[in-house]
Amino acid sequence: MLSSSWCFLHQDTEMSAKGNVTLKNFFIFNATYGPKEGEEEKKIMYYYPKNVDIDTKIKQIGLCEAIVQFTGTFSDQPCESLHTQKHRQIILEPEKNFWITITVTVPFTEKTRDGQIYVEYHEEDVQDSVMKAVLKQAYRMFTLFNGSFYHILNNSNGDVFVLQQRLDHFFSRYLLTLRLQQSDILDIYNGIYFLPLDKNTFLQVQCFINILEASFPVIKYTAFLYSDLLVWSGLEQDDMRIMYRYLTTSLFPSYSEQELQAGGAQPSPARTISVPGNSGIHFGKFITGPTNMKDETNLGKIPRVYINTEVDNEDCHLLVYRALNATVCLLLNSSITLNFELCKKLDAFLGPKLSALASEVGEQYSKRPQNSAEQQFKYIYFNHMNLAQKTTVHADLRKSVGVGLPQDILQVLSDVSTDLTKNNRDGETIVRTLSDCWVVGKKSDQREVLIVLNQKNSNLVEITEEVKRLCSTNFSNIFFLE
Amino acid sequence: MATSEEGTFYIELCKKPIRFDPVSKATNVFYDDSNKQVFAVRSGGAMGVVVKGPEDKNIISFRIEDRGDVTSIKFSPDKKILAIQRSQKSVEFINFQEDLTTDQLEYSQTCKGRATIIKGFIWTNNSEIVFITDHGIEVYQVNPEKKTLKNLKSLNITVIWYVWMNRPDGGLLLLSTGSQGNSLQPIYFTFGSQNRLPKFEVDLPSFPKQIKQMLQERDVSIAAIYGQLYIVVLRHQPRPGATGAEIVLYQIQANKDSPAKKTNILKLEMSGRFAINIVDNLVFVHHQASKTTVMFDIRLNGESDGYCLANYPVVSPLPIRPFKLLMPSLNLQGQEKTEYNCELYSANWIVFQPDVIIDAKLGCLWYVELKLEVLVNMIPDKCKLIKFLLQRGNSKSVILSVCRHMLLPGQQAPLMVISRVYDMLNKVYKLFLDSEVQALASDIYHRQERTSRCVIIDQSDMYSNVFSIFEDNKDIPYKFRVAVLIEYIRSLSQQDIPVQHYLYELVINILVHNNCFYQLHQFLQYHVLSDSKPLACLMLSLESVYPPAHQLALDMLKRLSTANEEIIEVLLSKQQLLPVLRFIRSVGITDTVSARKFLEAAMNTEDNRVFYTVFKFFEQRNSRLRSNPRFQPGEHCEQYVRHFESLFGTDALAPIPAPT
Repeated sequence: MLSSSWCFLHQDTEMSAKGNVTLKNFFIFNATYGPKEGEEEKKIMYYYPKNVDIDTKIKQIGLCEAIVQFTGTFSDQPCESLHTQKHRQIILEPEKNFWITITVTVPFTEKTRDGQIYVEYHEEDVQDSVMKAVLKQAYRMFTLFNGSFYHILNNSNGDVFVLQQRLDHFFSRYLLTLRLQQSDILDIYNGIYFLPLDKNTFLQVQCFINILEASFPVIKYTAFLYSDLLVWSGLEQDDMRIMYRYLTTSLFPSYSEQELQAGGAQPSPARTISVPGNSGIHFGKFITGPTNMKDETNLGKIPRVYINTEVDNEDCHLLVYRALNATVCLLLNSSITLNFELCKKLDAFLGPKLSALASEVGEQYSKRPQNSAEQQFKYIYFNHMNLAQKTTVHADLRKSVGVGLPQDILQVLSDVSTDLTKNNRDGETIVRTLSDCWVVGKKSDQREVLIVLNQKNSNLVEITEEVKRLCSTNFSNIFFLE
Repeated sequence: MATSEEGTFYIELCKKPIRFDPVSKATNVFYDDSNKQVFAVRSGGAMGVVVKGPEDKNIISFRIEDRGDVTSIKFSPDKKILAIQRSQKSVEFINFQEDLTTDQLEYSQTCKGRATIIKGFIWTNNSEIVFITDHGIEVYQVNPEKKTLKNLKSLNITVIWYVWMNRPDGGLLLLSTGSQGNSLQPIYFTFGSQNRLPKFEVDLPSFPKQIKQMLQERDVSIAAIYGQLYIVVLRHQPRPGATGAEIVLYQIQANKDSPAKKTNILKLEMSGRFAINIVDNLVFVHHQASKTTVMFDIRLNGESDGYCLANYPVVSPLPIRPFKLLMPSLNLQGQEKTEYNCELYSANWIVFQPDVIIDAKLGCLWYVELKLEVLVNMIPDKCKLIKFLLQRGNSKSVILSVCRHMLLPGQQAPLMVISRVYDMLNKVYKLFLDSEVQALASDIYHRQERTSRCVIIDQSDMYSNVFSIFEDNKDIPYKFRVAVLIEYIRSLSQQDIPVQHYLYELVINILVHNNCFYQLHQFLQYHVLSDSKPLACLMLSLESVYPPAHQLALDMLKRLSTANEEIIEVLLSKQQLLPVLRFIRSVGITDTVSARKFLEAAMNTEDNRVFYTVFKFFEQRNSRLRSNPRFQPGEHCEQYVRHFESLFGTDALAPIPAPT
């Protein structure tokens, strides 16, 4: 039992729709903005859903504030979650005095006993750790595109209205993309998939980036991805983590969709470029930036992002360029005005080189050992040090195809992981589920591996042996204590 | 740095020319390019013959009887027999002792046939001489003791003129035959045998309504370039209407059955009188009218037409550096000498292969020299420059200096260029390493031959001569430094050359000093920096500034699989007692480790439960090893046993089994 989570059981009269986890509300407030009675409205920075009357908003915020205040008297750690029969509320203070809260409905099923219909709520189906991860991610995504709350305030001379506008602009759309039902252990890890590459190919990528950055000094940082896998990041880990999230779950999928609609199955048609002396065809295209290199009037959409790698809230243009499956993300100093001329130069430089590099990397990528489809076990690996994660549980990284494990096992995975992280020591947890499935969690230094074994009628000794064997075959080149 | 005036001359005459008596009515001068000796013959030899070689020590002075004008004079390769030609019919010989004295007694050999004229002679080895006559060649064995010659072989072929080139194993003789003199017969002499190579024709330009001009002796020479023999032919007007002369190279083929093949055409883009030298595998063409010299490298910038390569000058034509000679003053009395500016490209110049220029009127013999340091500033394209320098004999320091300058602020070369330059250096480096390996497998003789040719820039050269400027020059941005080093490491690994640890260390230090830990992390993740114990230790030392370094170091030690001791130390230093016990169990060294170290670390944790566990672990080990849980006196664990007893009482110790 988490010391900081408080369980209130009270009758909720409202009838919610039958079914799964849904977003009930999401709000951001700053308690210091309306300390006097009658001014409570000023505390509201953002509230979803919008069509709720002001009294409800004030009451919800008031309640949340009160709980935080009250529990704060007992513990240094503020209250993080509020459990009710029908709802779950997660509270986060990402910046001083700014609170973000998300409330979701608890899944239920209607059952009949003695001819009477009653509703059974499945409290365990909503996991605090997962919801907390979702909330944190929402905040980081906002700051990626807007900078921190205080940064916005500082830039607008403390004008709260500017902040409110930004929050509204961002979250009104972001919240619609939340897929709460599919949130699971991977949201907690929020890791990065790295592309395994041999040394020489990696060095080629590295040298390509060095030459790129040397040829275009306006480029401050570069990241290189192949498919959805990261190869190199010039950004610091935390920036790369959220950038990776944005690229792989939002930008790339929507771009692929566009491409599919535009040109059938061909990812991007080869282009010959007009630069003399450069022989031939390349496959390069801007994902953000000019969509047509012949149309000088259309610079396309180039997002602004805020990076904390060298200094906090550094404002950058994000240009993303792809050739075949290789993508480079270029972060350009925002002090320069992006013009078509620069894009054209970048295109001429990147197009041929990245195309060549992409096919080289692709050759290795296609040679990598495939996970044999029918494995007796599935695993998720995560390294807190470099955020590297691997999974054989999820068929694809965006979870669009579905997950190879039943919901209850997935929940066990989250619980085991949370448990291992909580007592910060190396160790092992072995769980046997009702369906005779074994879940083994191991933690060594900063690494975690969660293994699901589907061996019926096994005993603890057999499972331990099996895990030992799996670790020695899969993690032989890292220091992973048994 | 050269001054601006000095900076324009890359060809020089050697500082100390070989001086000899100038040609005059009484003095004739001869040069033997086989032995590199210059002969000054005064009054037909009666007033003395002075012979000077490339080294000053080898001055030979003697007298011979004056029996008419000498037309040719040459020592045998071992300098024991002197051959003198004074008539068209015979050659005379004089024996020399070790101390270069002579008995003056001459013996003679006449050629065969009445109408035969000796055009010249060549020594093909210490006791073999070949007469080249208008009717062919005559090979003689010289017997100095008996003072006789024996005809070994003759070959009948009409000879118009001939060219000879001395080689370490013999030499190549080229005979001009045919009505135009353009049908060339090469014969290779080696160890007493003669190999007649296939005849080949040099195409002469044809002009309508004109008789074809003969192929002249002065337009043909033999050259050794990059280990290959070439017949070098100067064509004054290659085609009707063409203005510039050109030089055609015919390569003697390794396969003895194939005729010499036209491989290169050097475009002179000038006309007039030319003379050719070969210096350091470069073709130098001196042009008298413009008083300039052009330089060709047949491995550089060739344009192929499908059959042969057209080469253009490496740099624009430039004059040889003016040469000043100290001469006794003509007007003044006494020993004073005045500086005298030699006339360059003088009509008195005679050029010999490979690199000799003689001014007979002045009495000077020079070797032509190439100044690479000057040339560096004349080839702005660094890739071309390095390619050129790598082919030169003594260019190591120049290459290193160029590489160093490419990194200096203000002169910084683009990374792309640096990348290509490193690839070029490492390609040669790799060939060298491979040949080393092969040489070790085969014999040693070959190895010396191979390595003498090319310039090797290895990792330590780069480290101490090029990358060292990162230390001295703090203005170079760290990003550039890292990029350069990574570029070098990439180039090395692409050639499968193992990278030296000091290069890694340099990269790591730069990254660490600039707080680029995440970049460093990614390099290690992709094994760009190869695993090693020193690198692991370096990572461990970084843990305080970058915590993940700990994990990286442990991973590395694990992969090395010879570093169990180090892993134990690391875990103990972190007071990770239970993990370390699991570790020693997993690698199977429980029975051999020293218990004392672990007990001490356990005691220092001040966690009694941990101490208890560790203590029990070793008690069990003792029981298993010796059927007795107690520690042996040699293990020095008394202190910890006492500590255990004080904490848990003597009863807690494992019971000693009753003797059976």
